[in-house]
Order: sequence, then C-alpha cells, then structure tokens
Amino acid sequence: MIATLFKFKGGVKPASHKDESTQAPIARAPLPSRLVVPLRQSAGGTPQPLVAAGQKVLKGERIGAPEGNFSAAIHAPTSGSVLAVEHRTLPHPSGLSALCVVIEPDGEERWIERTPVSYAAESPDALRDLLRDSGIVGLGGATFPSHLKLKPGAAGRISTLIINGAECEPWITCDDLLMRERAGEIVRGIAILRHIASADRVLVGIEDNKPQAIAAMLAATAQSGDIEVVPVPARYPAGGEKQLIRVLTGIEIPYGRFGTEFGVQCFNVGTAWSVHRAVELGEPLVSRIVTLTGNVERPGNFEVLIGTPIDELLMLAAPKAGTDRFIMGGPMMGFTLARTDLPVTKAANCILAASPSLFPPQGPEMPCIRCGACTRACPAELQPHELYWFSRAKNFGKAQEYGIFDCIECGCCAYVCPSNIRLVDYYRFAKTSMRALEREKAASDAARVRFEFRNQREEREKAEKTARLAAKTAAARQAIAGAGKPAAAAPAQVAAEPAPALPQLDEAKKALIAAAIERARAQKEGVQPKNIDNLTPEKQAEIREIEARRVKVREIAKTPPEEPV
Amino acid sequence: MLKVLVALLPGIAVYVWFFGAAILVQIALASAAALAGEAAMLRLRGKPVGLFLSDGSALVTAWLIALTFPPITPWWLTVTATLFAIVVAKHLYGGLGQNPFNPAMVAFCISIIAFPALMSQWPAVGFTDFTAQMAVVFQSQSAQDAVTMATPLDALRTQLHTPEARATVAGVLGSHASFGNIGGKGWEWIALAYLAGGLWLLQQRIITWHVPVAFLGVLALIATGFSLANPERYAGPVFHVITGGAMLGAFFIATDPVSGATTPRGKLIFAAGAALLTWIIRSFGAYPDGMAFGVLLMNLCVPLIDMGTQPPVFGHKDGNKEGKP
Repeated sequence: MIATLFKFKGGVKPASHKDESTQAPIARAPLPSRLVVPLRQSAGGTPQPLVAAGQKVLKGERIGAPEGNFSAAIHAPTSGSVLAVEHRTLPHPSGLSALCVVIEPDGEERWIERTPVSYAAESPDALRDLLRDSGIVGLGGATFPSHLKLKPGAAGRISTLIINGAECEPWITCDDLLMRERAGEIVRGIAILRHIASADRVLVGIEDNKPQAIAAMLAATAQSGDIEVVPVPARYPAGGEKQLIRVLTGIEIPYGRFGTEFGVQCFNVGTAWSVHRAVELGEPLVSRIVTLTGNVERPGNFEVLIGTPIDELLMLAAPKAGTDRFIMGGPMMGFTLARTDLPVTKAANCILAASPSLFPPQGPEMPCIRCGACTRACPAELQPHELYWFSRAKNFGKAQEYGIFDCIECGCCAYVCPSNIRLVDYYRFAKTSMRALEREKAASDAARVRFEFRNQREEREKAEKTARLAAKTAAARQAIAGAGKPAAAAPAQVAAEPAPALPQLDEAKKALIAAAIERARAQKEGVQPKNIDNLTPEKQAEIREIEARRVKVREIAKTPPEEPV
Repeated sequence: MLKVLVALLPGIAVYVWFFGAAILVQIALASAAALAGEAAMLRLRGKPVGLFLSDGSALVTAWLIALTFPPITPWWLTVTATLFAIVVAKHLYGGLGQNPFNPAMVAFCISIIAFPALMSQWPAVGFTDFTAQMAVVFQSQSAQDAVTMATPLDALRTQLHTPEARATVAGVLGSHASFGNIGGKGWEWIALAYLAGGLWLLQQRIITWHVPVAFLGVLALIATGFSLANPERYAGPVFHVITGGAMLGAFFIATDPVSGATTPRGKLIFAAGAALLTWIIRSFGAYPDGMAFGVLLMNLCVPLIDMGTQPPVFGHKDGNKEGKP
C-alpha cells in the first residue's frame, strides 16, 4: 500500500549539512572518568534517588524511581561506585541545577541480571510498566515518557503508529546512522510498540534526503510487510511530531491534545530501538546515539552513556580552532551550552561546534515591516509578526488569543526574517511570563482563599465567644435573680431586652459584681507559689550569688569597649 | 527594498523615453530630500543613522513620490512633499514599520489638495526638451499650454463628469491624438513596464499575488459593469487598469507591507476596497485619479481588516475541530 502524502504549510529548507557526520559508522564512546546522571530526564515528575554516596552500583541498576506514573526510571549507565547525590548544573537553556547521581566507573561494565521478555506473551499493561521501569522516553528530544504515550486515550486506541525517522534539523544524523546500521533492531522495537498499542497501521516517515536509511529500513521491513516506510519531502520541520503526523495521515493535532485522542501516536526511531533493547535484551536506557559535528576534525556519531561529560565526549571529535560555542541540538531548535562540563542526557541528540564562519553572527535587529515572510514559513500557520508585536508589548492576552501556545518554537520565522528579529526569543519570553503570571495568580488566589477563610473563622469564633458569654451572663443573672423572679426570661431575651426594670437590674448588677470579686479573690488565693518562694537557705544564697554576678556583668557591658588595636 | 527599486527601473526607462529626463531629476530631488529627512529624524530619535539609511525604505518612498508627481512639478513641491512624507507620515508615527499610512501617498494627497493646479500640470507627449523641462521645474519659466496637457483621466473628469458635460468617453479619448488607443499615449507603455517590474517582484516573492490581482481585478470588474451599462459615460476596464496610477499602485503602492493588510484574505479585502475607491473617485470625484486616496482610506481600515481575517491555526480549523483531514 502506498501512503498518500499530505502537506503541511510553511517550513524552510536550510542547508542540511548531514554528510559531514555520516561518513563514519557509529562508534562506541570510551568509558568516561565520571558520569553525572540527572534524575530528572523526562517530562513529568522528578524520580527519587534510590542510591546514596559510597554505594556500589551495577550497569543498568535503577538509581532513580519514577515518581508516580508520570516519569520514567533512571539507571546507572555503568558499574561503579556512587560518589555523590547532589545538585549539578543541567544542560538546559535555563542553566538550572538539579539532583544528579555522580558515578565513578569501575571499568568492568558489569550488568545487572538482564531478563529478556518475550513481548508477544505479555499484556500491554505489563509492557508499559516495563518501559517505565526501563526509563524509556522519547529520544527525538522531547523526552516524553513513552509508556504514557502508549496509554489508550479517551477516544480509544492508537490505530496508526507513526515512527519518526525524518530528522529534519540540519547537521544532526544520529537517527540516520541508527537506521542505516540497526534497522533490524528498530523494526523489532516497532513490533513491540505496535503490540502494545495494537495499532492497525505503522508508517515510518523518513525525509527523502536519507536514501541509505530508507533502503535499510525497507530491507528490514521487507519480511514484516505491513510496516510502511514512507519517504517524505525534506523540508524543515517535517520531523516535528505534529508536522509528520499531518504529512503521513492528514490529521492535525491541536495544541494541548494528545495524538491518542485522534487515534495516532508518534515515536522516534531511536525510541523504538531502545524499546527493543529494554524488552528483548532486558537492558534499560543507559546510552544513546549522539552526533558530534560542526567545526570539528572528526565529525561522527557515537554511542554515548547517559551522564558522560560533554567535554570528554568532544575530545573524540576534536573541535577545531575558531570554535566559539557549542550548541546542544541542531542550529534551528538547539541552544548554546553555557559550559561543556555538563552531562549528556537522554535528550542530547547532537553537540554542534559552532564557529563564526559556519554560523555568521546575525545582523542587528531591525524593525518589523510586516512583510509576512514569517507567516509563509510558519508550520503552525500562525501570524508570527502579530505574536511578535503582542509579545513585545507584553499584551499577553492578545498573544494567547492569536495562538502563541500553538507555536512549536521551530524557528522557521526567525530563519526567514529579513529584519533579523529573534522571534522565538520573544515568544519564549511571552510564554514564560504568562506561565509565571499564572503561577502568581494561582498563588495569590490560594492566599486570598486562605485569608478569607481565616477572617471567616475569626468572625465565627468571635460570634461563638459572644454567644457563650451571653449565655453565661444570662445563666448567672438567672441564678441570682432566679429566687425572686423565676421568669427572668431566657438568655436570648436578656440580651435583647436589657432593661426589664431598673431597680431589679441594679440589684442584679450588684450581685454580678460581688460574684466577680469573689471569683477574683478565689483565683488569687489559688495562685501557685513562685519558684523562688519556700526555698532552702542554700538555694537562696546561690540565687543571691547569681544576682551579684549579673549586676557585675551588666556594669562591664555598660563601659565602652576598648579601641581595637 | 532594493529589489523594489530595481523593479521600478523598467518603468522609469520607458518614462524617460516618452517624457524626457525630467523624471530623473525629480527622482534625484526626492531621493536627496528623503535621505536628508531620514538622516535628520534618525539622529533626533537616537537611532543608528547608517544602519537605517541603508535599508532603502526612504528611497522607495522618494521614488514613488517622484513617479506619482508630474515630472515637471516645481522642485520645491517635490522636496517639501518628500520631507513631509518622511518626517511627518513616517517618523512622527514611529518610523519604519510603524507608520499607519503609506508615506508616498500621504505626500501625494497633501500636494494635490494644496496645489491642485501644479499637480495637474502634466507634460505633453513629445515635450522632451530637457532644458525647457528644467526651466519649468526650477521655475525660471512657468509652464505653458504648449508643453502641458491634461491626462486622459483629467480630460474625462472635466468633460464627462461635470454637470455641464455632454461628451462621451469615445469622444473625449478620440479628441486628442496623444491620448492613444488604450490608456494614454506613453502612459500605457509605462504601465506595461510597471507590470513587468511587478511580475518580477512576484516571482522574487517580495510581494504576493493577492493585492495586485484583487486591485486590478476589482477595478476591471467594476469598470466592465458600468461601461457595459453606459459606454458613453463610463470608460472601459482596459482603460482603467492601464491608465493613471493603477498599475503602479497595484504592484508598488498598495503592496506596501507596513501600511497594508497582512493576512491573505485581508490583502484581498484591502486591495479590493482600494480599487473600488479608486474607481469611485475617478468616476465621480473631484480629483482625476483616486488611487492615492483609495490606498490611504483603506490604510485606515487595516487594523480592523487584519483582526477580522485571522486565518485558522494548525489544528484549529473550522469544521476540523477533531483534526480529521
């Protein structure tokens, strides 16, 4: 069956620069001196550490437990000893730090006991749990836990499974090489994903600028017949999940909705490969393929343990002189690393050495003239120039109305902008500001609710106290005036009509005062003796001594301190 | 912006061929005034002068002013109008990218309202004597009837659309040999050269098809309807499209991104409205050509048009709420 291709609007065609890093086969990166494994490597919660400093770990041993069902487990990438569990800076645009497990490899690469599972006999639920516990997340860059994507949605099951081998970002070739060399393993992983989702149809989308990968995948799927390998036109961002789903099925998934709701779900080829390893070899996700390219002597792809310091990894590719920065990810969506002593994470598909000659500095930002180049390039079919005005003016309500959250931050608009406006930066600013405002609003809402509740409670308590007092007073009055006037009325009436008859009131008042005086006297008599009363003479002498010392100290304190020498 | 200037070159060449080199002097005057005004305003506003001068936007405004004004306009009017366009219509509104009105058209409208006689002083075809033209431009000599003439649009207006008029379209256009067969001798060739330049801009993806197609299409459509109903009173579509500022406006003026609509449907509405106003002013108004007024009036409507024509976002299309193809 030949799939009908759909088109997505917009997109750009930057120079692909793929050939630089596809000349050499995937090489295994040597064991680094140290591994820093961040515990939070997927969307969702932060796994709790399961190890402590000083502990020995085996390769593949779980070191981070998934928090609830919303994250995936973290494993020791090699055997060795835990040096520390501490906060380290993450390779993230924010430059924030988070809890990491630092492991010193022992060089033996001793695995935990690996138990391969025959997937056909397992239930989808058991396999989803296995994926969660094996730390399988989307390796295309978003690192969304795969077991969550495979959950049947409200609208039912996933009928179409999309496998993303498009790899549209320039320079990056890790998926390309993986497909060329390990197509068979990828296809085995696809079969597992398909079994879990019980999908009718599997489409593997690969950009048509990777003929070798397409050929390898076609050969690997030749037996299984019903997996369709579909070359898609090379146009950035064809590998964006929403764009690839649109191209292969015509379905458009709006912002905030899951593909499952539309009967379709998308997985990266690298994810499929690691699914195969996790299920059929019992090896959790402890490594990934990373492209090292750009201004380097030996560009290529390496199988790298998660947690490997980027600077140690870069030595394999040998950055050339003139490299002024390193980008994690591609030139379109990647970000410049503030430092290189940061670890490789599950999201790290490429480390790109940039130089002024490869990436000439952008010209100065000029005013937007509303030329519409961005609109034509936007694959989300937004009006980027309008979003720019709104973001700049901090008119966030309007920005939201014009769909700023539908922006996938692919960078096509900034790429084509003749005025060199860093459009995506403005959108990120607007989005984070809006999220911060929302958090602030939620916090202030909670504070207001708390405050109102407290006021209410205080008022209620006051009312209760008043009622209690009134009742008490009335009871006392009744007790005193009771003899002469048995019908001195209920306490409520006393409160409401305080003056039934003046002389009687005076009488009652006097009686009340007398009662109060009596109470006070009794209280006074009942007071406990002070702790300095009734002491033995020795104790009293001791107290006097202490008092004398105190007086002395006070006098010393009064005299001004000597001048420091 | 430099490509826009390049696209104007064929039109200018044909202009020079038919009407002499005076237009080049006008272009030079307007360019000098525009650059001076731009530099002064940039300095006052504390912007990097060199960077902004090199964007070419002031030159585009200057050239459009020169090309829409009569080539024998007195030098001071060209300079004043250009300065007004740059200083008031552009920079006082916030400079590049912020002006709600097309600066060149502001200059044109201000001038034709303030100096209607000077702005209607078009050279006769064949009056290409450079020295004589310069004498008029620099006013050592006032323009004489021998060297000026009414444009076909002007002739139509005065002879057809005034209450005492009794002429017919065919009668007016046939009355003067130099009115040519289609849109006025010389003018029709200039319009075709603008068309060529405009098509090149389309091919270069500097402009989109929406504005030229909607502008010329609507203009032709209305003209066809009315000229079929009353051929003696209303000129035909070919005449309207090829005469006056229609072709220049369709490809070079109404396509200004800053002051025009930006959405595809918005561009169609904007250009259609400008064309409708152009035709109405040409046929019933007090001014011979209505293109400049049409564009300015539609500039006013741009925020509303853009707001009302936002195209659907990926995944949120009407009738596609479930994302099905």
